[in-house]
Amino acid sequence: MVVSRLQYIRRRLLLAVPIIFFIIALNFLLIQIAPGDAADVLAGEAGSATPEYMDQLRRKFGLDQPIYVQLLTYVSNVATFDLGFSFRHNKPVSELILSRLGPTLLLMVPVLLISVSMGILLGAIAARYLNRWQDKTISTVVVLTYATPVFWAGLMLIVLFSVKLGWFPTSGMEKIAAFHTGLARIIDIAHHMVLPVITLTLFYIALYTRLMRASVIEQNTMDYVTTARSKGLGEKRVLWGHILRNACLPVLTMAGIQAGALLGGAVVVETVFSWPGLGLLAYESLFARDLNLLLGIFFISACLVVLVNLAVDLLYASLDPRIELK
Amino acid sequence: MRDIFRRFARNIPAVFGLVILVLVMGAAFFAPTIYPQGPFEMVGRPFLEPLTDYLLGTDQLGRDLGVGLLYGARVTLQIGLISTLIAIFLGLTIGGTAGYFGGWIDTLLMRITEIFQTIPFFLFAILLVAILKPTLGSVIFAIAVVSWPPMARLVRSEFLSIRNREFVQACIVMGMGHWQIIFKHVLPNTLSPIIVTGSLMVATAILIESGLSFLGLTDPNVMSWGFIIGSGRSVLRTAWWVCAMPGIAILLTVMAINLVGEGLNDALNPRLKNI
Amino acid sequence: MHPLYKIKDLTIDLPVWGDRKTAVTDINFELYPDEILCIVGESGSGKSVLARALMGLFPSKHVCASKGEILLDGEDVLSMSADKLRTIRGNKVAMIFQEPMTALNPLLTIGKQIVEVIEVHRPEMQKQAFQKAIQILSDVHLPNPEQIFHAYPHQLSGGQRQRAMIAMALILEPQCLIADEPTTALDVTTQAQILKLIKELQNKHHTAIVFITHDFGVVAEIADRIAVMESGKLVEINYAKNLLTSPQHPYTKKLLGAVPSILPAKSRALSSSSQIVLDVRNLSKVFNTRHGIFKGVTREVRALSQISFELKEGETLGVVGESGSGKSTLAKCIARLVDADDGKIFILGEDFLQAKGESLRKFRRNVQLVFQDPYSSLDPRQKIGSIITEGPILHGENREVAIQRMFELLQIVGLDKKSADRLPHEFSGGQRQRIGIARALALRPRLLIADEAVSALDVSVQAQVLGLLKDIRDEFKLTLLFITHDLRVAAQICDSVMVMSKGEIMEYGATKTIFESPQHPYTQQLLGAIPGRAYWLEHQLVTQ
Repeated sequence: MVVSRLQYIRRRLLLAVPIIFFIIALNFLLIQIAPGDAADVLAGEAGSATPEYMDQLRRKFGLDQPIYVQLLTYVSNVATFDLGFSFRHNKPVSELILSRLGPTLLLMVPVLLISVSMGILLGAIAARYLNRWQDKTISTVVVLTYATPVFWAGLMLIVLFSVKLGWFPTSGMEKIAAFHTGLARIIDIAHHMVLPVITLTLFYIALYTRLMRASVIEQNTMDYVTTARSKGLGEKRVLWGHILRNACLPVLTMAGIQAGALLGGAVVVETVFSWPGLGLLAYESLFARDLNLLLGIFFISACLVVLVNLAVDLLYASLDPRIELK
Repeated sequence: MRDIFRRFARNIPAVFGLVILVLVMGAAFFAPTIYPQGPFEMVGRPFLEPLTDYLLGTDQLGRDLGVGLLYGARVTLQIGLISTLIAIFLGLTIGGTAGYFGGWIDTLLMRITEIFQTIPFFLFAILLVAILKPTLGSVIFAIAVVSWPPMARLVRSEFLSIRNREFVQACIVMGMGHWQIIFKHVLPNTLSPIIVTGSLMVATAILIESGLSFLGLTDPNVMSWGFIIGSGRSVLRTAWWVCAMPGIAILLTVMAINLVGEGLNDALNPRLKNI
Repeated sequence: MHPLYKIKDLTIDLPVWGDRKTAVTDINFELYPDEILCIVGESGSGKSVLARALMGLFPSKHVCASKGEILLDGEDVLSMSADKLRTIRGNKVAMIFQEPMTALNPLLTIGKQIVEVIEVHRPEMQKQAFQKAIQILSDVHLPNPEQIFHAYPHQLSGGQRQRAMIAMALILEPQCLIADEPTTALDVTTQAQILKLIKELQNKHHTAIVFITHDFGVVAEIADRIAVMESGKLVEINYAKNLLTSPQHPYTKKLLGAVPSILPAKSRALSSSSQIVLDVRNLSKVFNTRHGIFKGVTREVRALSQISFELKEGETLGVVGESGSGKSTLAKCIARLVDADDGKIFILGEDFLQAKGESLRKFRRNVQLVFQDPYSSLDPRQKIGSIITEGPILHGENREVAIQRMFELLQIVGLDKKSADRLPHEFSGGQRQRIGIARALALRPRLLIADEAVSALDVSVQAQVLGLLKDIRDEFKLTLLFITHDLRVAAQICDSVMVMSKGEIMEYGATKTIFESPQHPYTQQLLGAIPGRAYWLEHQLVTQ
């Protein structure tokens, strides 16, 4: 039985519904646990909302209603992306999050692509030259990088490349005062992007390199590799034509699982580099004790992760014919 | 048993990691003995560079950074170990039940695990600590809650595969009860992957904790390494060592744990390395 | 006639941590064009290492030849450069392997893997590659070659995959084909087809074939010459007819003697007034497998359909079938490892399927199993003594009494008393099976189920364990349900035989009757597929 890609996507999105529901319910639970009245939480920063707004909130969320009604109201609000209002930024939360989503994606996408591709490449090289100097060098660097806390790496990179060497700016996404447009702006942003992207990529390259290396070593012991050699294929062809494709699959799976972790890393990196994305917004909301905004960011991030997982699964299914999906 | 030690001892990086760990644990254990006054004590002028009056210099409040690192070892290891133990317990229970009993229990528990794995764990930890107010307890709790899913997955797949082995079937046919089978036959055979993964989880816990304290989500009464880095962030340009030193400490400890963990893995599951 | 291969004084070393110093020692033999040479040996004989060495394939750099030559048309394979080796592999000499599922790359289509051989060795033929592939696929009698070309390995059955492998190996018409146990993992009927195919292709292309196997039946079926290996040494080599009728070396005689005869053993006299120990009525079981990445596709497999039969006390019933026949499911349902969907099972008159909780636990001791895989049927962390006493102690027996009984049982199964303190990994496969038998007997079961209990053992060990089972069965008057896929084995120990296919009983009768005058076409097919049957019958090789 084969399923069309569209049908599969539709089914998977349906599967995601209980996950989203659970996350919203989790948010609701967290609101209940938080100190203070739920309206205080939902209004954002304590004391910054007008009394009229607070009353409006109380009525809207039916805070005098039984708890399950509150839950349902909350769920329907969040599901329609009504995430509240931020007085500090004077915008609805959903709008605020959307405006900050771009810069975060601008970091995340290159990090994902670079770390996976470099990880696969380095892992394959390390495995190919097992226990020789290429492997030992790569493995040592990997061990060190894997243990480095992301924020510390960022700070040290700033000290070295921004403060001491002056090659890269220390923070921000662009030189706002310069009012660049068009290509000049793109170059400026790219210049600012280098250090934050490197910082976040380091850890993930280490992770995927390790995984790929182990995966290639494992594939090397498989029967089909012996068959390939018995057919007279050279080592290069065995590696690129046969082993690589099989070995990539676990790395891909891991990349999907790490999607959530990547967003967490964004918080730290954006904080270190003052990069105006969702991560920095989360940090700012922490500072301002704006729990509502934080919950909104959490929700959107979770949705993002679900989408990324779906994309990874589709990619995996297109690479592995054993998964029944045409 | 002796074979395991011998194999481990032959693994140089693993032994190197073990030495570092012993040093770190020693620092943690003996800190109050060597410096009973504690790390918050202001001992000298602020911003003294390393290798002047104090080995690792002083921070912006004139506190001895070296003492801070020693006490930091204590806190960091404590948090890492306790949160990991809780996470292992959670993972064992959930994963073990799912893997052994199968069926709808498995499906339900795995869906829950999946959901927890979808949630961006660092954000969730931030949320938890923020809501529960940063204390040692809330930090440990938050780390444990976000760390258990991979252990649950591992335990489930191990239990599942052992459950289907013939010697377990022999126990069932003998009339043995589930609990006896699990504790006498299944669990002992899954110990090595659990030990290895558990040790690596301590490293992850330390990294999460340092990330949280860097963001300010730390118990203000305990000085962990992340705390020191967070406090030194504003003086990065002038007193870079306040950030650098604890970072190196974290790096070395996490690296040491990883090396030991992998060494354990190779020692417990010997495979021909040179094929 | 010039030999194609001439192996002189070949010794291949094993790494320092191996269980012995060499894989093969002082091997001398020749392979001539257009002949089928069978290399026979049990596990650990070194035959697989030898087969791979013929192509210069070694599992790791620690396994290498320390002495001797492998001359292929006068050139020594062992001193060939890597490039030279690549030109002969797949081209002059090709190889097929035992497990076609893992021997093919799961991510590439069959066609791509076949065409690859042409791309590497005859790039000038690339334009006709597709045509040649289709041609060879139909030569191996695969239906719809074009469809197979675009299919992935997991979409084919075991037999089809093996045919595809053969196609891949023969596409460039190599002078020599090395076949490493190519039919061992296949059902007996599929095996018969593949053997026939190999003979046919050999006739057509006059390929020299080195055929590795452990099964003398297969040897009798196809060999022109036979070489026997034991622990790395070549102990005897001769023309097939000579070796089979008058073996010289004691090991060859032992091996031939251990092959289960296809002539059933003498039927035993059974008391007709025996109690009915096992009464199965209308047993049915359906498996719903859900698969696909979304787990939305459900496939229904009828493992058992309305199975009914009886087993009297002291009787041995053989349940014979190929994979998918339901015989294993039957064993599991009777032992209540798997819950049947429908039907009843009466053991000693009790409705077994209705028993619950404590009464089920107590009753379980009446039905015990001996399992198939000696390497997974014992807890690797448990001492042998504990393994055997665990059951009785669980059922309330006094510890001292249980330990005494354990020593008795060890003796009965032919193991030393000191074994009680050792761990499973210190024992061989055959010894582990003996331990498994002792464990099953410890509870004094009324019904013993042997689920392919000897299938994973070498043929000589198999004969010993089978003999042990027979002795125990006779001495303790055990009721035995013997599951197997090998009719020859069933013939040795069973009073009656039940032939199963696709969840149904095809035929049931006394062993002698089944073998001498099978009624059902499927039974006839099974009997006809026994390798070497014609040869065995013709030469009246009575091996018991």
